[in-house]
Amino acid sequence: MRTRLRKSMLLLGVAAFFALPLASWAQVSTEQLQQWLNLPTSTSHIGNITGHAKAAAPEYRRFCVGCHGDLGDGNGEVAQWLDPPMYPKPRDFQLGVFKCRSTPTGTLPTDEDLFDTIARGLDRSSMPQWSNLTKVERADLVAWIKHFSPRWQNEKPGTPITIPPEPEVTPERIKAGREVFARVSCWKCHGVQGMANGPSAATLTDDLGRPIAPFDFTSGARPKCGDTDRDIYRIFMTGLDGTPMPSFADTIKPDEAWDLVFYLRTFMPQKSKEKELAKQLNLKPVDPNAPAGQQ
Amino acid sequence: MHVMSRLRIRGFATFAPSLSAISLILLFLVMTCSQRANALPAFARKYGLRCSACHESWPMLNYFGQKFKDNGYQLMNDRDAPIWQNPGYWPVTFRITPIWHRVSTGKVLVDTYTAGSTTPTGSAVQRVTTSGFDLSGLDFHTGGTLYKNISFYLLPSSDPTGAFHFETVMARLDNLWGSPWLNVKLGKFELDNLLSEKRILTLTGNGGIYQLYHFIPQGDGNIFGQMGDNQLGLEVMGHNYNDRSRYSAAILSSNDGTTQLPYGNSYTGFFTASQAFDAGRAGVQRIGGYAMVGEAPTTWLTQTGPNGTLPLPGGGIGNKPFSREGFVGLFYFGQHADLTVVTQHGEDNVWFGQGYGDLIDGVATGNNTTGTTLPAGARSPVWNGVLFEPHYVYSPQLIFIGRYETIRMAQQSTPGTPQSLGNISTYTIAMRYNPFMTSRAGFAWHNEYNWLHQDGVGPSLGLNTTNVNTSEFLTGFDFDF
Repeated sequence: MRTRLRKSMLLLGVAAFFALPLASWAQVSTEQLQQWLNLPTSTSHIGNITGHAKAAAPEYRRFCVGCHGDLGDGNGEVAQWLDPPMYPKPRDFQLGVFKCRSTPTGTLPTDEDLFDTIARGLDRSSMPQWSNLTKVERADLVAWIKHFSPRWQNEKPGTPITIPPEPEVTPERIKAGREVFARVSCWKCHGVQGMANGPSAATLTDDLGRPIAPFDFTSGARPKCGDTDRDIYRIFMTGLDGTPMPSFADTIKPDEAWDLVFYLRTFMPQKSKEKELAKQLNLKPVDPNAPAGQQ
Repeated sequence: MHVMSRLRIRGFATFAPSLSAISLILLFLVMTCSQRANALPAFARKYGLRCSACHESWPMLNYFGQKFKDNGYQLMNDRDAPIWQNPGYWPVTFRITPIWHRVSTGKVLVDTYTAGSTTPTGSAVQRVTTSGFDLSGLDFHTGGTLYKNISFYLLPSSDPTGAFHFETVMARLDNLWGSPWLNVKLGKFELDNLLSEKRILTLTGNGGIYQLYHFIPQGDGNIFGQMGDNQLGLEVMGHNYNDRSRYSAAILSSNDGTTQLPYGNSYTGFFTASQAFDAGRAGVQRIGGYAMVGEAPTTWLTQTGPNGTLPLPGGGIGNKPFSREGFVGLFYFGQHADLTVVTQHGEDNVWFGQGYGDLIDGVATGNNTTGTTLPAGARSPVWNGVLFEPHYVYSPQLIFIGRYETIRMAQQSTPGTPQSLGNISTYTIAMRYNPFMTSRAGFAWHNEYNWLHQDGVGPSLGLNTTNVNTSEFLTGFDFDF
């Protein structure tokens, strides 16, 4: 009995020996952060503005630390009170994974992407629009955010995707968009009427296993990563990393992506040409049981 | 041995070191009492933001906080309506400040007694100094949104004895027709002063208000031009999306915020406009202007009864004009220093200058009834003032405050009156230390010294000058939850 206990303790000790370094590898230490702060990667470039991470320390402390935490790990004091999916948890900057990017899925965002996100805020979350900070202050904060993750030390941001010019909206394009909506199974999460009530909606989690809700196109709210047609196009093609929203860059062609943008506009309550055309077409929701190509 | 007992036993030579020790202990206690508080300020709790996100130092707003306020206490994140809040959320914050202060007022008229006499035999002027522990009034701040784009604020406020009044009661329709340029507010509210007196960082009797916002010339009967007092009326305000450009126009009852229409039918307009500029790492710089133009009664219908002839509430007529206008500048010099400048040019109608005006509260000294004439040569009182308020923000938790205000009469209403009568100069220095910064509660250790000088307002009694100097030192705990 005693031998068995001794063996168990030994195994436990060995496991702990190997597990501890792994744990410390996963977490960024304050010493590392201090080192990274002095690296050239801890700057940002937005047009002709250069942001410096060191200059952002007071701003980060004033505006951001409550949610994102001192170490940028998303464990600020209020993180515990944010209950997803109603209120998403703050972003863990140490992971270097961001929803709103102009770059392909799996890559780091550009400085402009982070800059725009800070200004735009993230609707349906506690991240407000910081558009009234000065541009330099926002550029400094971008540099500061970058210093939290080892990814920025080892990788370069992805190359922004090319967005072709927006074509004219036509009834045919809206109908084609409806086909794409059915083919790539958008309805599984977003519902056949875009009301975020698809069969998978209630089961969705983000990469960290937290509940997450799909976007309800009928709510009148703004999509998180921007509400222009180009923004919506970009979301299909880059995906929202860290969430169940994948990139469809390999699945749908650019022209089809525009068709899908136009079809999704028909769900939105705002007045639009797409909505008018959908009314004239008497467009019905997609039928999940219809054979492929027969919507 | 108890600290206070030791202070009593030892002489003055040992008093100073003991005082230092007490200060250190106090500082230590304040700095170590930094655990999270359990109580909840309304807006920070709703949105999960720290005080410092909206406040340069609580309660003074920074430019993000100003935008939040201009949006109707909304972050515009589609989670502003109360329907998104936990049903247990109650948007209320309490604020009160226990203090110790020492107030010293020069040239106070006091009775004198001869030996053996129990009745006053004369008068003398002397300085009166008092000190002790005290309380501020209690504020119940409750505000937020009733629905998306419909916001409200209710602030029952008491004086230190617990007598309550409604400091603010307003509802606001925000972003009408989807535009931030059109917001309509109705009720009793603070005027859209870019330097907000309701968010002042100082607490002493004279330093806790902006003299510029309450100045009344000596002998003047117009209380209605106090732009620091919350007023009853309707305000239309608007701003662009990032709050760089903003305007407001308000129509107010000329009653200085008093309910039940005691002053008759008269109105005042208050207008502001400002533009902010992106100055890079220096911050957002804002310049703007304001104007308050109104009229208020100088004539009162009266009613004679057992208590004599009294002005009839609501019976104010004979409206006369007054105006206040000036510039405001909010300048940031990087992340640690900022400076606010406010100027004012004020003018009251000659009737106010001659003591006509608020007869209901007995501020006015005469009633402008039929046949009343002005003294020969009487004219409108005119004055100019300026205020400088620099801050050094070491961190959101530690701020040093300074202020210099001066108001100079440019024209006295009665010819021959000393030009400087009623002039004010005042200096304030203060330090506020917040030992913790959370979204749950606010707590500041506040220290402040104010010195105020006013020309010609003391009793003369044969003295060459009747200028009065008043000073106050205050230390206390300013907290809300």
